Amino acid sequence: MKFRLEKRPEPSRLMLYATPVGAVILTMVVGAIIFSAIGYNGVGAVYQEFLAPVLTPYKWQDIAIKASPLILIGVGLAAGNRAAIWNIGAEGQYVVGALAGAGIGLLTQNATGPWILPAMLLAGIIGGAVWGAIPALLRTRFNVNETLSSLMMTYVAIHLMNYLVAGPWKDPSGFSFPQTPLVTSDQTLPSWDIFQLLHQAFGLAITGHFRLHLGVVLTLVIVLVMAVVMGRSVFGFQIRVVGAAPNAARHGGFSQQQTIWLVFLLSGALAGLAGIFEVTGPFGQMSLGFPQNYGFTAIIVAFLGRLNPIGVIIAGIVLAITYVGGDMAQSALQLPNASKGIFQAMMLFFLLASDILIRYRVRLVTPAGGLAAEPVTPAKSAA
Amino acid sequence: MSIDYLIAVMITVVGASTPILFAGLGELVTEKSGVLNLGVEGMMLMGAIAAFATVDQTGSPWLAVCTAAAAGALVALIFAVLTLSLSANQVATGLALTIFGTGLSTLIGQGFTGRAIHTFDTIFPPALATNPIGRVLFGYSPLVYFSFIMVALVAWFLRGTRAGLILRAVGENDLSAHSIGYSVVGVRYAAVLFGGAMAGIGGATFPLVLTPLWAEGLTGGRGWIAIALVVFAGWRPVWLLGGAYFFGLLTTFELYAKASGASWSSVLPSEAWAALPYIATVVVLAAISASKRAGGNAPACLGRPFIPSA
Repeated sequence: MKFRLEKRPEPSRLMLYATPVGAVILTMVVGAIIFSAIGYNGVGAVYQEFLAPVLTPYKWQDIAIKASPLILIGVGLAAGNRAAIWNIGAEGQYVVGALAGAGIGLLTQNATGPWILPAMLLAGIIGGAVWGAIPALLRTRFNVNETLSSLMMTYVAIHLMNYLVAGPWKDPSGFSFPQTPLVTSDQTLPSWDIFQLLHQAFGLAITGHFRLHLGVVLTLVIVLVMAVVMGRSVFGFQIRVVGAAPNAARHGGFSQQQTIWLVFLLSGALAGLAGIFEVTGPFGQMSLGFPQNYGFTAIIVAFLGRLNPIGVIIAGIVLAITYVGGDMAQSALQLPNASKGIFQAMMLFFLLASDILIRYRVRLVTPAGGLAAEPVTPAKSAA
Repeated sequence: MSIDYLIAVMITVVGASTPILFAGLGELVTEKSGVLNLGVEGMMLMGAIAAFATVDQTGSPWLAVCTAAAAGALVALIFAVLTLSLSANQVATGLALTIFGTGLSTLIGQGFTGRAIHTFDTIFPPALATNPIGRVLFGYSPLVYFSFIMVALVAWFLRGTRAGLILRAVGENDLSAHSIGYSVVGVRYAAVLFGGAMAGIGGATFPLVLTPLWAEGLTGGRGWIAIALVVFAGWRPVWLLGGAYFFGLLTTFELYAKASGASWSSVLPSEAWAALPYIATVVVLAAISASKRAGGNAPACLGRPFIPSA
């Protein structure tokens, strides 16, 4: 009995959307087996990691708050990956955006006014874009591989943050902890309790809290705008052509250099905005523990979301569930927090492995030499 | 500055350079076959934890080198199956491998935090290392000498053997190599596994040579520097040796900035010294990549999936 790959006449849309779901399910199954094999409660680990956060309503706000930066960074990276431009330094752009905004926050500690928060957000956008501009400049001017340079700049960003947070920007009244002062009320993102609003508006008897800050709302707005831009604008078209057919793009007058700049400025700006959202929202300050690997996890989000803005929203929520689930597994099963990285990487492994099903179908070759019915892909409907 | 201090500095630099030399050599061979594996950091961490656990359990550093190589090769196998058999995107798969290796090594390493291991005894008679020159020549861990041997072996393999010629042919023109009858995928599997084994040994250098303690993520980005090193060296093993020692030297500055306090940190804070190797990598890559020769040295099929026109 043998399997054979047979090229499809055209890529399967069904497989394009079914494989991410399959990848998540396979991750849960294989994850349970692996964690059992190394001596943990495998089924329990998968339950805590993937299901418990969803089944526990008071964790929903945590999921939304963690999904927000993943989605915001992921949607920018998705645009880049579509153009086959690899920004893997979003973590650094996220940190520098946060630093730039937090710097404005330090300058305005004693000031009041509604302009302060927008100024911080703008600084975050600029900080992230500037950090993203470095690999773009190196690539367009000096032909430096952007994958390596963007990652190197992430390490530089984290050392810069460590220096500022433990040195010049340290909170003088912070008992010498390496952290910046807490943001003031004028520097904090407004937030609303959705459950309470529903209760007041419709009299729904919901208990618990579902508090979301402005950053989550803005993230959704930005992603919807990105969906329109990617689908209907010249920019979106340019990105897709440069990625899919570089030669055609050149003939069509799309400059690859310009695309590199646009992609890095955009994804850097979005990562920076995600960073300053964290400072003015959930964190309220910067500390050595500020980097949460969102910039790296967002790479998985972009792929799992099939580089599609709406897909990125769903994928961002799935990955946010593993963040919240990682914490729950840690307290319930004493499973180390690092285990969430294993689950996250496995999702990407399975997704990449199943990509081949989009362009090929798997056929079972019988010993007689004929082709048996397709065991994996459904018949014509898939094509 | 006393001679003893200079010798101590030299020994530190050699220790810091050896991991990136091993990992860089492995990546060089992988890339020469036309495959770009960005999972070096993850493979190094797997090698590091495998080595640490082996010494902790068996007490044998020699066995630890073998398990580290096996662990690195084993996770490289995941990469090979995905990218070579299933034509998955190499950049994305490499990143996934790094995330996976970081997570798995931390998970396994949890039980080993705070434990110290006893590593290699000197392989030369102690009498040889009594005077300063003797210490500089004979005072290192066996892994250091092994790294030099591997540089020579890889250089000889790539340039002087038939198998090396085939490997380079596969990296330069996979379709031609395929039409002559060489197994492109088979050669690349071997190259990726070799790269994984070397990255594993590079990772093992951390617990076996540098500090006999486990700390999560202890490679701290050296895997990425090793990848940059291959570009820096223009895919030439002997240049890689020079590059590894240059970057190794840069990574030791942070240690001195932290240890000696005032004198170094009055110039720049220790965080700046820590960031220096990464900044230097970017600057050097810019200088190298801007000149046309470096690009010309890159294997022509690097990063491209092999699709035989059947």
